[in-house]
Amino acid sequence: MSAPTEEVLGTTRREGKRLMDLWWQEMTEAVQTGRPTAYVFAMGSMAELLRTFDFVLNFPEITSLQIAVRGQSQAYIQTAEDYGFSPDVCGYVKADVGLQLRQGEHPYGKVPRPSLVVTSNVCNTYIKWSEFWEHLYGCPVFVMDLPGWRGRDSADLNGETFRNDARYVLGQLRELIELCERITGRRFDLDRFREHLAEANRMAELYNAVCETNRHIPAPFNAVVEGVTYQGIAHLYRGSPQGSRYFQQVLQEMQERIRLGMAAVPDERFRLVLVGTTCYSHFRRFVELFASWGGVFVHSTYMVFAGGGFLPGFVYDLSRPLESFAERMVAAAYWGYTGSMFYQQDWLDEVVRRWHVDGICFHGVKSCRTVSTGLPDVREWMRVQRNVPGLFIQSDLVDPRLWSDAQVKNRVDAFFEALAAHKATTRR
Amino acid sequence: MVIATRTLVAGVDVGSTQTKAVIMNLNRAILGRALVDTGARLNEAARTAFEAALQDAGAAEDEVAYTVGTGYGRFKVEFGNTQVTEISCHARGAVFLFPNTRTVLDVGGQDTKAIRVGPNGEVLDFCMNDKCSAGTGRFLGAASAALEIPLGELGPLALTARNPVTITTTCTVFAESEILGWLARGRKVEDILMGVHAAIAARSLSLLRRVGIEPELTFTGGVSRNVAMVHLIRELSGVPVNVSEESHYCGAIGAALFALDHVLVGERVPVAAGTREGEDAGRGH
Repeated sequence: MSAPTEEVLGTTRREGKRLMDLWWQEMTEAVQTGRPTAYVFAMGSMAELLRTFDFVLNFPEITSLQIAVRGQSQAYIQTAEDYGFSPDVCGYVKADVGLQLRQGEHPYGKVPRPSLVVTSNVCNTYIKWSEFWEHLYGCPVFVMDLPGWRGRDSADLNGETFRNDARYVLGQLRELIELCERITGRRFDLDRFREHLAEANRMAELYNAVCETNRHIPAPFNAVVEGVTYQGIAHLYRGSPQGSRYFQQVLQEMQERIRLGMAAVPDERFRLVLVGTTCYSHFRRFVELFASWGGVFVHSTYMVFAGGGFLPGFVYDLSRPLESFAERMVAAAYWGYTGSMFYQQDWLDEVVRRWHVDGICFHGVKSCRTVSTGLPDVREWMRVQRNVPGLFIQSDLVDPRLWSDAQVKNRVDAFFEALAAHKATTRR
Repeated sequence: MVIATRTLVAGVDVGSTQTKAVIMNLNRAILGRALVDTGARLNEAARTAFEAALQDAGAAEDEVAYTVGTGYGRFKVEFGNTQVTEISCHARGAVFLFPNTRTVLDVGGQDTKAIRVGPNGEVLDFCMNDKCSAGTGRFLGAASAALEIPLGELGPLALTARNPVTITTTCTVFAESEILGWLARGRKVEDILMGVHAAIAARSLSLLRRVGIEPELTFTGGVSRNVAMVHLIRELSGVPVNVSEESHYCGAIGAALFALDHVLVGERVPVAAGTREGEDAGRGH
């Protein structure tokens, strides 16, 4: 029997906040108890494996984002720049450096020091960022080397190249396991790891189903507003029963919102995709600029490649957990992290069609060339080849000094003026 | 429906440097125009330009049935009925001035815009400079200050250059020191000036290529009055460049045309959305 409407609606917000608070409580307690903490990244966190060793997982990208949403990033960034970091360095890094130099004092709690850093080559900044913690705390840093895929066509996941790459990653995973055993004093428990993979399978299926609900017109959630919470929970609780349960509740709420005709943005007029992140120091303003025109973000690249790397259709083979985990890492790297910047349009093309998208917002990030490279080319391809209008704006992830309100508003307003005319002439 | 012959419309373009106003009748004839420096009080600049344009048209304020504000200060046109961005207004104005326009380049005080337009002046695509003002009118302003030459004389002087220098900096402020550096090395003023113009033109072309250059290309905004810029844009784009005596008023003309839409065919103006500038420019949660 399904839950009454009033119990279902609002689940996302309430439960999301509870889980986020719980994570902060766990981190703050670890400062006192000395429980081993692993610093990990959104792209390729290896949470399922690290959870097996009972590490507290700190996601510095999330803590930096939260500092910005609380309107405090400038002060933290300034601390990092006073220390010697250049204004050009990634805003996430500098907000975190400021946090570390303030002894982990965060607006939401306290961040424990790292016992281990686990990163990969999917972002050059990840490695340099890790070197900072290594320098500051003398902690071990494990860098996973993930192979890339340069071709346009999907990699053959049964092919020899893929099998060799998966074996290469599997060898590195065994090294990581040994390192984790040394740090925690625990033996690797394969059955427990298998349980985390099973939970990740459940969560991946539910997460993708939640994304699919936004194909509905009007969209039940905003991929930029609620989507940020979904991504956060997907990272923090990946491989845990709480995570799967959360997305079961979210899915139920979205289905109920659709049944009741509830829209994320009242009077939805334009359905949009965001390529890149928002500017978290102006999070509410960013959303408002689009929502005031009846624009709703029905999907975003971050919901996918930074949303835990849940590959649609990929399911861990629980009969061969480590091998399957290595394969998922390689497949995710091929698809989302290490692929050629010239083929980004394929995913967008599909989303535009399936999510009934009217226009695309490309947000170039001043302090991150990695996610900004190629955006104008993809924008041009979508306009010329698919007649899909694209807006290009530029600010930053978390640095409020790089947000220029008049300029951004001007471009957004002009985009909607043009989009209204475009929609009138190409009415679905 | 009977419309009095003296029913007029107005477009007011509050730019970062100058404010322009245009009064138009129902036959799309421009009856009056005015241009004032924007200064610090945007609402006053809008009002002053509007009243001066009325005077130029020999019209009274109560004859104006609808007013559209545009430009960065569009929300400060407090007597206006609605607002439209200058991107849409420049597109509309350019097609009004040159009906075969398919590409518009507007170089203003702090913005450079490349716009692809349809036959009715609708915006098909646009690209703008990023937050930095390099490659805009401010770049010329910096050169004018550094070389102590009035803005209006920069273009003609630059065209006399025989051996132009290359300005490499992309920062408007640093450009001043680069100019001084070239002076110290004994280079002629006209050669330095041509280098400055070429730097702006190169950035403008890069934006134009992003939207695709389709003839006819119409050059608008304050910088379109600079003969050296027109020369360089024509040379680099490889297509004829339209420049009108009214180019400076192009945004205001477009705004007046949107106002005219409203009066003649009802609410076809793309109504501006959201909060007014400066209101609730929220800083996160």
